[in-house]
Amino acid sequence: MTHPHHHDRPQGVPVLKVTDLRKAYGAIQAVGGVSFEVRPGEIFGVIGPNGAGKTTLFNSMLGQITPDSGRIELNGEDVTQLEPLELNRRGVGRTFQTLQVFGKMTVRDNLIVAAQEHQGSMFSRMFAPSDSGLGDKADALIDQFHIRHVADKKAGELSYGQQKLVDIAMAFMSEPDLVLLDEPCAGVNPSLVGGISSLLKELNRNPRIGKKSSFVVIEHNMDFVMDLCHRIMVMVEGKVMAIGTPDEIRANKQVLDAYLGS
Amino acid sequence: MKKFTLPLLLLAFAVLLAAPMAFKSYGLYLLTYWLVFIIAIMGLNLTIGYAGQKSLGHAAFFGIGAYTVAIMMKAGLSFWLGLPAAALLCFVVGLILGFPALRVQTIYLAFATLGFNTAVWLVFRNEEWLTGGTFGLNNIARPQLFGLSLEGNLAYYYFVLAVTLLLGGLLWGLLRSPWGKAFTALRDNPIRAESLGIDIRRYTLLSFAIGAAYAGVAGALFASLVQFIDPAPFAIASSIMMYLMVVLGGPGYFLGPVLGSAVGVVLPEWLRFAQGWYLFVFGSAVVLLMIWLPDGLLSIPDRFKARKQARQASAARAASAQAAAKGAQA
Repeated sequence: MTHPHHHDRPQGVPVLKVTDLRKAYGAIQAVGGVSFEVRPGEIFGVIGPNGAGKTTLFNSMLGQITPDSGRIELNGEDVTQLEPLELNRRGVGRTFQTLQVFGKMTVRDNLIVAAQEHQGSMFSRMFAPSDSGLGDKADALIDQFHIRHVADKKAGELSYGQQKLVDIAMAFMSEPDLVLLDEPCAGVNPSLVGGISSLLKELNRNPRIGKKSSFVVIEHNMDFVMDLCHRIMVMVEGKVMAIGTPDEIRANKQVLDAYLGS
Repeated sequence: MKKFTLPLLLLAFAVLLAAPMAFKSYGLYLLTYWLVFIIAIMGLNLTIGYAGQKSLGHAAFFGIGAYTVAIMMKAGLSFWLGLPAAALLCFVVGLILGFPALRVQTIYLAFATLGFNTAVWLVFRNEEWLTGGTFGLNNIARPQLFGLSLEGNLAYYYFVLAVTLLLGGLLWGLLRSPWGKAFTALRDNPIRAESLGIDIRRYTLLSFAIGAAYAGVAGALFASLVQFIDPAPFAIASSIMMYLMVVLGGPGYFLGPVLGSAVGVVLPEWLRFAQGWYLFVFGSAVVLLMIWLPDGLLSIPDRFKARKQARQASAARAASAQAAAKGAQA
């Protein structure tokens, strides 16, 4: 039995639909009624100053915290109360703000473990080959991410930038419908930022494995977001200030005053 | 697995096959004792070393296995029924003990399992009608296999060796399967593991249950080996010692239990001449080992490798800096 993910999505249904999401910590309304949609194949950016509620929004969408109210739909299905495990099995991949690779495993094994639970049942995996039949898929991503020369090294022995690439590649191994990228450029050498941007564009347009997926990206690097995303949502104090194309956001006076500055 | 593992395994196998030629009856008894502990520690290495769950209750499972076989044999049932029953019972109890691990971790989990060990030990000691209490259960017979008596120390040694190799092979297969990676992922980063669809609850429970089943088999073999059991070997001190064996051998190293058990079981016999000083020497050796080799004895090759890589990397850095300096001069 394979896990029930990658649902057939009726035409016109967004990959992700968030409706009036709210989450408060005591008196502080971290997210106060946020609504947006992510369309199939879209790269959707979320920006905003520190404390705008981006991380709370992200954690709610990823099942890390339960929102107070509101609804989250994945391919038209209500997933508001689901845990990270279930969300992954329904086709949600993610990266974390800080590096989260398995340091004692090789790069190749990191990629394999990132998708093996989508193969067969838990019982059948006890007798499955070590690479779960995912070797070719892992190799395809290793080539796409240009990490062939370190594929058999332990992930923990790599440079920060290389580990970041492994970290991102892992999120794509299970052929997700939606990938949530939490500050993919955090701590990355400026020379690698361009590389990550072109990689993500390539993964979005011409994936070597699986089908085209949609991304939600939280990022502070404004050039990166403006260059990469199809649409951007600006959050301020837990609310949506604007949603639009990079050009529309750049031209939005309210956004300029509140966040982007002069 | 490391590239040395297979040749080491073959060498160890050859040595174990030939070992009886070099030992008298007591030596054989001791070797069998060691093999029994290898089985128990293999299970604990799965729980602690591979899945990262801090368990200090392993001696309880060892005891449950031993008492299951002893009680069943006293009731006139066969050892061959008792052995799988011991494994199964420990698997189920291990599964139940795994539940606290879903809520608490690290030192808190260690204390929870320690409490479990104490509770089980009290049952062994106080439920005299079942366990014989502090008087224990004696005259536990050794089994027969296809009409062959395993009563003698030599025959029983080969029998336990066969079981050890079988269980070692099964564990090897399990760790090479996707389950092995899932256990490692659970140990190294449970939050990331869950975000990748790894059911960390199930793998946590299974790491306890499978580890406990290994202890159950070891306990059953132990009962038949020593032919008399009382609660003493299953107290928390034994659990701590078992944990130490995992740590000494190298948690997460497949052959760690072989070395760890040797240090914990065989070494004390060799150091008998030291009498009262034995524990002092042993304790000091453990302190030194934890300072210099916190990942256990089998981490020594890895440390050499890491050192070599660091040397190579710094040489490469120096060479490129030199080249850059020359370039700047030119």
